[in-house]
Amino acid sequence: LVCLCLGPGAGQDVGRSCILVSIAGKNVMLDCGMHMGYNDDRRFPDFSYITQNGRLTDFLDCVIISHFHLDHCGALPYFSEMVGYDGPIYMTHPTKAICPILLEDYRKITVDKKGETNFFTSQMIKDCMKKVVAVHLHQTVQVDEELEIKAYYAGHVLGAAMFQIKVGCESVVYTGDYNMTPDRHLGAAWIDKCRPDLLISESTYATTIRDSKRCRERDFLKKVHETVERGGKVLIPVFALGRAQELCILLETFWERMNLKAPIYFSTGLTEKANHYYKLFITWTNQKIRKTFVQRNMFEFKHIKAFDRAFADNPGPMVVFATPGMLHAGQSLQIFRKWAGNEKNMVIMPGYCVQGTVGHKILSGQRKLEMEGRQILEVKMQVEYMSFSAHADAKGIMQLIRQAEPRNVLLVHGEAKKMEFLKQKIEQEFHVNCYMPANGETTTILTNPSIPVDISLGLLKRETAIGLLPDVKKPKLMHGTLIMKDNSFRLVSPEQALKELGLAEHQLRFTCRVHIQDPRKEHETVLRVYNHLKGVLKDYSVQHLPDGSITVESILIQATAHSEDQGTKVLLVSWTYQDEELGSYLTSLLKKGLPPSTS
Amino acid sequence: FFQYCLSGHPTLPCNVLKFKSTTIMLDCGLDMTSTLNFLPLPLVQSPRLSKLPGWVLKDGSTFLDKELKECSGHVFVDSVPEFCLPETELLDLSTVDVILISNYHCMMALPYITEYTGFAGTVYATEPTVQIGRLLMEELVNSIERVPKAQSASMWKNKEVQRLLPAPLKDAVEVSMWRKCYTMPEVNAALSKIQLVGYSQKIELFGAVQVTPLSSGYALGSSNWIIQSHYEKVSYVSGSSLLTTHPQPMDQASLKNSDVLILTGLTQIPTANPDGMVGEFCSNLAMTVRNGGNVLVPCYPSGVIYDLLECLYQYIDSAGLSNVPFYFISPVANSSLEFSQIFAEWLCHNKQTKVYLPEPPFPHAELIQTNKLKHYPSIHGDFSNDFKQPCVVFTGHPSLRFGDVVHFMELWGKSSLNTVIFTEPDFSYLDALAPYQPLAMKCVYCPIDTRLNFIQVSKLLKEVQPLHVVCPEQYTQPPPTQSHRTDLMIDCQPPPMSYRRAEVLTLPYKRRYEKIEIMPELADSLVPLEIKPGISLATVSAVLHTKDNKHVLQLPPKPPQPPASKKRKRVSDDVPECKPLKPLLSGSIPVDQFVQTLEKHGFSDVKVEDTAKGHIVLLQEAETLIQIEEDSTHIICDNDEPLRVKLRDLVLKFLQKF
Repeated sequence: LVCLCLGPGAGQDVGRSCILVSIAGKNVMLDCGMHMGYNDDRRFPDFSYITQNGRLTDFLDCVIISHFHLDHCGALPYFSEMVGYDGPIYMTHPTKAICPILLEDYRKITVDKKGETNFFTSQMIKDCMKKVVAVHLHQTVQVDEELEIKAYYAGHVLGAAMFQIKVGCESVVYTGDYNMTPDRHLGAAWIDKCRPDLLISESTYATTIRDSKRCRERDFLKKVHETVERGGKVLIPVFALGRAQELCILLETFWERMNLKAPIYFSTGLTEKANHYYKLFITWTNQKIRKTFVQRNMFEFKHIKAFDRAFADNPGPMVVFATPGMLHAGQSLQIFRKWAGNEKNMVIMPGYCVQGTVGHKILSGQRKLEMEGRQILEVKMQVEYMSFSAHADAKGIMQLIRQAEPRNVLLVHGEAKKMEFLKQKIEQEFHVNCYMPANGETTTILTNPSIPVDISLGLLKRETAIGLLPDVKKPKLMHGTLIMKDNSFRLVSPEQALKELGLAEHQLRFTCRVHIQDPRKEHETVLRVYNHLKGVLKDYSVQHLPDGSITVESILIQATAHSEDQGTKVLLVSWTYQDEELGSYLTSLLKKGLPPSTS
Repeated sequence: FFQYCLSGHPTLPCNVLKFKSTTIMLDCGLDMTSTLNFLPLPLVQSPRLSKLPGWVLKDGSTFLDKELKECSGHVFVDSVPEFCLPETELLDLSTVDVILISNYHCMMALPYITEYTGFAGTVYATEPTVQIGRLLMEELVNSIERVPKAQSASMWKNKEVQRLLPAPLKDAVEVSMWRKCYTMPEVNAALSKIQLVGYSQKIELFGAVQVTPLSSGYALGSSNWIIQSHYEKVSYVSGSSLLTTHPQPMDQASLKNSDVLILTGLTQIPTANPDGMVGEFCSNLAMTVRNGGNVLVPCYPSGVIYDLLECLYQYIDSAGLSNVPFYFISPVANSSLEFSQIFAEWLCHNKQTKVYLPEPPFPHAELIQTNKLKHYPSIHGDFSNDFKQPCVVFTGHPSLRFGDVVHFMELWGKSSLNTVIFTEPDFSYLDALAPYQPLAMKCVYCPIDTRLNFIQVSKLLKEVQPLHVVCPEQYTQPPPTQSHRTDLMIDCQPPPMSYRRAEVLTLPYKRRYEKIEIMPELADSLVPLEIKPGISLATVSAVLHTKDNKHVLQLPPKPPQPPASKKRKRVSDDVPECKPLKPLLSGSIPVDQFVQTLEKHGFSDVKVEDTAKGHIVLLQEAETLIQIEEDSTHIICDNDEPLRVKLRDLVLKFLQKF
């Protein structure tokens, strides 16, 4: 039984991911994200859903973080240090390396710049990270005796992983965010045919089937190029790690090829550091980069330089990558305000924007924005949206389902309408149940696990020896005794079961008298019976013993003359209860008499 | 369960395990000590080597003088060096399903196995093992192909001829198995058969066996392997270390509860303490350089060299060596240094933490940045311009038979100011030096072997408690040169089973159970009966399905409905098709109650007679008697099937079925 409570977040919204899964008595929290569209309590998941009374540490067996994006890990220090959780937190090595940096960055913007209180501190981030256990790809991590987890490559961003959570024969796969097509710096997500009871998949791009990557890249380069050619400035709001690196590689090679001179900048000091992570964790990037990194490290850029705040006012064209990606704060928002008034300029949003952010507003067509202090900002610059964020599209989601072959699918991290469409498609194509719970809704999925037991080798060998060639039409029945003692289940042969329990076998035997009209001598009658049986029972071992008796398998047939009538012979057919069918059949066969002698 | 032992070299093992229905090769090490019998391959024409006299037999016959040369009383084969392959005849290697690699030193024979034996399986290894293994192979191929040698000697291998040769050539074993080095296309083909795995990853083989690599602490990505089914567990321990150097620490806990533990790859220098050796290495190096001499360190391009560079990084400033250039010369020097920095996940905790900062895990990055360490693909090209003496050169191959090291031996051998420091333990340094004699240069032997020593082994065995230990025969007796050191052997109870090359061992297992799954529908239909307190029984009649070595029990299908229009069947059609097994019976029949039951069912003439062992119940009219004893019941009647069935069912009511 998998009971899944979609408590704190995620659900039908691209906001904060946080999912609670109960599987065979184990409770696992998947991701611990925050919502970037809110500035109040709503930005963190409501952990009181998990347990009203009692400590989280006692209730949860572990927490798993899929990747370093804040909508998946932003609430982690709040959760572990302010609400209180001391159990293990699992994530991959790159996520463990990068996550605290993004958290600290986020904390700085919120506390130091916006002056908010009641927020986690730097020390809390450090203490929180001490609870983190780093996992390798494909490593089976034994959380406790029964609960094991395993990470699969998810693409999306550096270190992103999908997780399989397994207890006994029940299992759940949580995808986090993933990408089924390799991009310029990361590989494609991959999972084996692990047939989970439930696949929890993100569905950000549930209905989009994006045009080919190459087209989008060409489009992007064309727009950047045109703007720069006419002397405009291009702002590309990004998150410091992830899409930024892919777009940098793209522009770097384009600049090199076209021999362009306009400067490209990357904002914030995080860049160089970020690129350094990519260099050190190069095993997590795509194959091409990994193969060539000794000769040329793709993350050492020639054309892209560090940005200084003063550059924004420089005349002439330029391209600036600035953080954060949704224009909700920080440097990207500052530059946006400076450049928004000029129609020669362009802002390219390369990823998804959460509701409530400036990015979301301008993408939905709003051109007059109310900024802090009632100021109205008129947006004259061109606004372009280009989906570069590495989420799986509908095709990719279907592909993953095909790979993993789940028995049930649950969609999260998407918008309700789009998810509904995908849900129908999944149910049609794969004939599995597909769920899409709302925030705070609990989904219960019944699983019907088979029960593993120990079978004695003797019994198994006996069975497999008899039926060497399995026959579809005549399935072989095997017979055994299941001994249930404490919590161990053993299937043994009935003989062994009797022996182990110190019980004696009770033998039930039948002997039937069959009268046959045959005037011949006894041994001749026996011979006729023998020939007859041998002719009919071709598949059985029929033997004529020296003492004058006949055996069919373990059934014994003896003949005596009738005490009164010499022309009648009495056949004694004797068998045990275990040979009931054959014994019963033999007596009825013999009762029909013998065929006329051919001799 | 068998183990085929294809290599006699304890640290370069190659074993094949037949475990359940799978054939698993454990490592394929390549014994390169054979190359010590060959003349070095000089990179530039060496007048000394080319002038060596041909070897002449005692009787004066000279037919071998082209193939064999004499140098300072030793005889060498003047030919392309050859390696001693693992045994290929002991079993058909095309039947090997998988090869498990434990570390990059133990995969050097891989191309010979995967490309020449019809092997069609999969090789499993960790990513660092593959990447660094590729570098080692690349270096090997490169250093041999760089020096084309027209001659390939084979006459001396003739058994009759070999008998006449001086030692050690006379005693060289399996010379017919010696092969020339493989080529890069073969290396690439072999490596393409490798599937990457991570520590603690469970890999299913044909549903029957699960294999798991565990960190062994010896080198980047080095692993021990667990090979197990549900009921038996074999641990393969190969090249493990408990010292804290750069790799992730050894995982010992997962080796517990093994039925068999195969132990290979222990330290080759059990009497030397690696820490002490590193100290001696540094002081010898410093002394030579201070006196204006050069230091040559013959080494592999990966492994201990990382630790040596790290020690030197801490040591050079205090020792006043800041201005001495360090050169690392290998076709794969750059790759090795770069690769070492990207395997954060496979490193010890300290180095991992550095990556989180993010900083490169190894300090040689800084040595390169500050120009203290320079690396070159070979002595040709840039190196010849930059080369300044005195200096320290790290280069291969440690056998001193090929690679750039040959050049430096020729160049520096004549001066007693210079020192060659041996750190790799794979080759006897005296044998390595033999073709360079007479030599003026100082020779220092500081073998650094971080693998388990015998004290650590006995601690490990006490800790993990395997039922049986299997190891190469060398580990069951003291080293031949130190026969009094009975502490230098494995000591455990029961004593280890030992193997030697070309031997087949039968491994001791006792398997009694197998896993089977009961489908939920069947489980629901079972009726457990509590026989004794805490023990319940249920009889199971089910259909057994076996696929991919996994067994599943399902509900038997419902009997098919008899066809509506019953054709007259031939007699034989009625023959019961297969024996549906009837359950066993247990219990006893209380005569009084049985008689009552009979009467209730309409038998009015029941008569009971006592016998020695029980009773006889007579049904007079039906001419039927029922013998009842403690453990048996015998119904003897006329051929009246309805009566018999009725009596049978009445008897069964008193018995339990199993």
